[in-house]
This record gives sequence, C-alpha cells and structure tokens, in this order.
Amino acid sequence: MVMVTGKVTVRLKEGVLDPQGQTIQRALQQMGYAGIDQVRAGKTFEFKLQADSPGAAKAQLKEMSEKLLANPVIETFHVEVVE
Amino acid sequence: MRIGVVTFPGSNCDYDAYAAFRHVVSCPVEFLWHADPDLHNVDCVVLPGGFSFGDYLRAGAIARFSPVMQSVIKFASDGGLVWGICNGFQVLTEAGLLPGTLRRNAHMRFACRQVHLRVENNRTPFTRGCRPGQILMMPIAHGEGNYYAAPEVLDELEHNGQVVFRYVNAQGEPDVRSNPNGSRHNIAGITNGQGNVLGMMPHPERAVESILGSADGLALFQSLIGVGVQAVGTEAPSASPLIEKRRARV
Repeated sequence: MVMVTGKVTVRLKEGVLDPQGQTIQRALQQMGYAGIDQVRAGKTFEFKLQADSPGAAKAQLKEMSEKLLANPVIETFHVEVVE
Repeated sequence: MRIGVVTFPGSNCDYDAYAAFRHVVSCPVEFLWHADPDLHNVDCVVLPGGFSFGDYLRAGAIARFSPVMQSVIKFASDGGLVWGICNGFQVLTEAGLLPGTLRRNAHMRFACRQVHLRVENNRTPFTRGCRPGQILMMPIAHGEGNYYAAPEVLDELEHNGQVVFRYVNAQGEPDVRSNPNGSRHNIAGITNGQGNVLGMMPHPERAVESILGSADGLALFQSLIGVGVQAVGTEAPSASPLIEKRRARV
C-alpha cells in the first residue's frame, strides 16, 4: 500500500452558463481589475488515500468523481495523483 | 392510500407535508427516516423540502446515497409513487429518477415569493383533479431551482408531456418576468417517463389553507389521494393504468 495525494477538479462543461463566475467577474471589474474576459468557478477536492498503487488510487478517484463529486449533466472533472 | 414523508438531516418541510396530509386532507401519513431503508409499505413516498445534509457538495447529492433512497429508487422503478418537493426534486435529479438538474438561480439570489403555475399535464396521479391549464398560486423558497437539461432532453420532456408545471404570470402566460430562477422553458415541475415520479420546486404543502395565503396546493394532495377528483375539472381525466394498478393493490 502507498499513501497517495490526489486532487479532483470539477468544472462546468463548456457552454454551460456560469452565473457565479459572472458575478465574481463583475465584482473584480468593479474593484478595478481590467482585462478579465471570463471567470468560470469550479471546485477542487484534495485527498490523502491509501491504495495499492498510484494507478489504483487514480481509478478510485475517477469512480468517486463519476458517482458523487461531479454532476455529469453540467460538470466535467479532472483527476491528478502525486505519490 | 398511505403516505411516507422522509426526514433527512436538514429537511425542514417534512412537518408541513405531514400536516397537510394528516390534518388538511385526513390521509394516513407517517415519517420515514433517512437511515432506515424500510419504507413501511407506504403507497407514496414524499421527499420534502429543506437543505438535506446542508446542501453540501450540491443540493441533494449526499441525500441521494442515504439508505432510504436506495429503497426509494427501487420503489420508483417498480412504479411506486414518489413526490419530491423543492429539495426533494433536487434529490430526485441527483438520484437519476428525474432527468436534468437544478442549478443555482440565474440571478444568484434566494427566491422566496408566491408564484403562479400552469398545470401543463393533468393526466398524472398528482394533478388528475386539476383542469388542463389551471393556474395555481403557491410559494417558492429556493436558491437552486434553476431547471437545466440538455436541449434534446427538454424536447423529449415537452414531447412526452412530462412538463407538469410551468411558471406563468397571473394571466397564465409563461413570460421571462414570471420565471423566478432562470429555469429552461419556465419549468417548475416534471415527471419521469412513466409518470409515477414528480419533482417540483414550488411548495404546495405551504398552500393548503387560505390563512397561508393560498389553498391552491390542496388540488395536488386531493388528486393524489383521490378526493373530489371526478367533481373537479371540466372533463374527468382518465386515471392512468398505474393508478388503477395501485388501487387494485389497496
């Protein structure tokens, strides 16, 4: 068994409107930050987990993302592991 | 007809639903507990409003994996009646019992006010006492009620008559101003393909007595338990085969 550090990033699919990102963008623009073309808000999950191998950990993170962490109707996810 | 109202940690409309059934329409009703997979042989499961599991991750995402929901998913697949209100609707989409999802309101604010709904389909167990196109007034109270589905899914819902309630103005027109949250096609409530699972964001259980501001929600409770169904409406809606089957069981 190895201890693996994993990170799952969940973001909205391309083309899905992001009112939260737009609100953040407007706030930043009001604060005086210029040149912001787009803000998209997402979520990051950090894991420490025991697994047989980094590959097995990645497979498990992927499965958990599909089942719980991301909503496939509107979101996509990306899994990274560091041994 | 016996009703089971599920209580999740964070449910806050479970007692309202219970009271509407027990005290307003005098229908046998009991609470079901999220950690207990036993549905106590009820005929209809109600998933109430609230903030199950604090709405952590996404509204309904955690509740969907609770022990009671595994039984509810099986119950619904076998044709059992399931009615999700507000957070209950969110739980149903997360569970895959209804298509699409409820996103954060487009204006990013919590929406809490009376709305008008148009009954788009009165051939469901939940609306069979309503007239086609009947306008009902009841409250909404949600931050994430913005119904979203892919265009092809929306087409299918419309084509199959699965859109049961639409947000409209007082004249019954589904315009932009009467859409409180940015829902696609002004959708306020949908059923699954078989018609035995209904999800809706508005709160009929908060509109069952005139002292509450409206008693229009009563029509849904009466439809479900079969009170006054034939008396209401210009044409008697034909009961679905599903209802006949469940009646035969009772």
